[in-house]
Amino acid sequence: MSPTREYLYEKGFLFSAILSGSIVFLIFAFMLIMGLPLFKGNQVVALIKNDWLPARGVYGIYPMVVATLAISFFSLALAFPLSLGCAFFSGSIAPPRIARVFRKMIQIMTGIPTVIYGFVGIFLLVPIVREFTTSTSGLCIFSASLMLGIMISPTLILFFTDSLEAVPKSFLDAADALGATRVQKLLYVMVPQAKKGILAGLILALGRALGDTMVALMIAGNAARVPESLFDAARTLTAHIALVIAADYESFEFRSIFACGLVLYAFIALMVLGVRWIGMTNKR
Amino acid sequence: MKKQLVLMMVAGLMGCMFWTQGMVLAGSLDAFKNEKGTIKVAGGTAHIPVMKEAAKQIMTVNSDIQITIAGGGSGVGIKQVGEGLVDIGNSGRKPTDEEIAKYGLKPVQWAIDGVAIVINPKNIIRKLTGTQVKDIFAGKIDNWKQVGGEDKAVSLYTRDEASGTREVFWEKGLGKGEISSKANVVVSNGAMKTAVAQDPYAIGYVSVGHLDQSVAPVSFDGVEPTLESVKSGKYPIARGLYSMTKGEPKGLAKKLIGFLFSPEGQKIISEKGFIPVQ
Repeated sequence: MSPTREYLYEKGFLFSAILSGSIVFLIFAFMLIMGLPLFKGNQVVALIKNDWLPARGVYGIYPMVVATLAISFFSLALAFPLSLGCAFFSGSIAPPRIARVFRKMIQIMTGIPTVIYGFVGIFLLVPIVREFTTSTSGLCIFSASLMLGIMISPTLILFFTDSLEAVPKSFLDAADALGATRVQKLLYVMVPQAKKGILAGLILALGRALGDTMVALMIAGNAARVPESLFDAARTLTAHIALVIAADYESFEFRSIFACGLVLYAFIALMVLGVRWIGMTNKR
Repeated sequence: MKKQLVLMMVAGLMGCMFWTQGMVLAGSLDAFKNEKGTIKVAGGTAHIPVMKEAAKQIMTVNSDIQITIAGGGSGVGIKQVGEGLVDIGNSGRKPTDEEIAKYGLKPVQWAIDGVAIVINPKNIIRKLTGTQVKDIFAGKIDNWKQVGGEDKAVSLYTRDEASGTREVFWEKGLGKGEISSKANVVVSNGAMKTAVAQDPYAIGYVSVGHLDQSVAPVSFDGVEPTLESVKSGKYPIARGLYSMTKGEPKGLAKKLIGFLFSPEGQKIISEKGFIPVQ
């Protein structure tokens, strides 16, 4: 390759990196500027703390913050053990041929659009939840968490199996030589080695759960009040943005969108930093 | 990559739609040929889907015409057209005599927006009084047996904050009464029908033009919500959709309002769930 071409390629790659990296900051700046009027006179605190009662002129997003945290927490609580089990199975215990087929299936699942999960949820899950729980419509945190948990599982499983498979073969041979059983090898050699990958998978999956709009919008019920139980309808921050975006630009309803965006942004940032921090302290 | 492909397909599809519509509807759109200029429209949100579709068809046959459509609500529509900021103001109520006199407005009504209360067809209830409806939506009545139905909890459905249907229902059906914050929120008339059709204990409301077999309409104070009863004014949860100009309509604004009364315009109006009026 000629030096000029080499140079051009290098600069091209650099440009892509700078562009995609700066988008993170540009989006943050955009939301900050659009939401600027909210920062005058402590409105932001009131906005995050208050209930959503447009009829009385109160436009707080507190119920949405609670709902978002609840739904992502429960979906992850559901998906994490499930995915860990699946990954252990396909990454170490299952015969290679079955593991390969299983993996292909999971890969297909990651590509299914979220609206399909929402649709399936409405027609299959919601009627069952309606009949057998205290939820009157079946549209509630429980339904949404369950569906969302299923939705984020493939991401988790793929990450977990990848990191289990990345454990050096020499380690496994050493464990075999010491006479470890398959489960012992998994728990004492592979999992400690794969911890980093497991954490990375968790971050991505939690990000997906926090940021998902369609599933929550379709099956969480969207009631804008602080949920009192798992079987109450609730509105996530993302669903709130989708519901209010058609309101007119000057209204307070519309302004609340930027508060939602900022809160979501802060959540994701805190989460990534937190998990990274755990990862670092564990290494020492 | 996949996203791009989908986008391209959507763009292609839309292109096809524009093209065929342009062919079929050339008749009433002839008035817009050889015209040039802009029309600014603002006001009522219920009008927006109709206005947008009309604008799309007009701009397709003549790309020299620019039509912008903004929301803002009825009050904004009346005020902005009165102050000359826009060419056509939309409102979901007849402007008051005061407003008409002050700005010299010329309002025309081109549609009626009626809202029917709907339940699941399996529910045996077929009539409710105004007070019962108010109490159900406020959450005071929370079991169907309190209005003579099964011993099952009522599941409430309402529309999003920006919905014009919600505005009419809240104003005329509930007398601006409270809607329980426990109510599930859906985003469109279609989503409301799906939700109510799926949930045997549901109650919600849709534009009368959207009524079909999947949901059962409930009579309100003894009046059935039908196209006829809304048209005759017997059914109370309804309002007129008005467009107005400052002074006699002229030029492009006149042609746009005229288009709404043409067969194609009337077709758009009924497709969007309203009842066209002559």
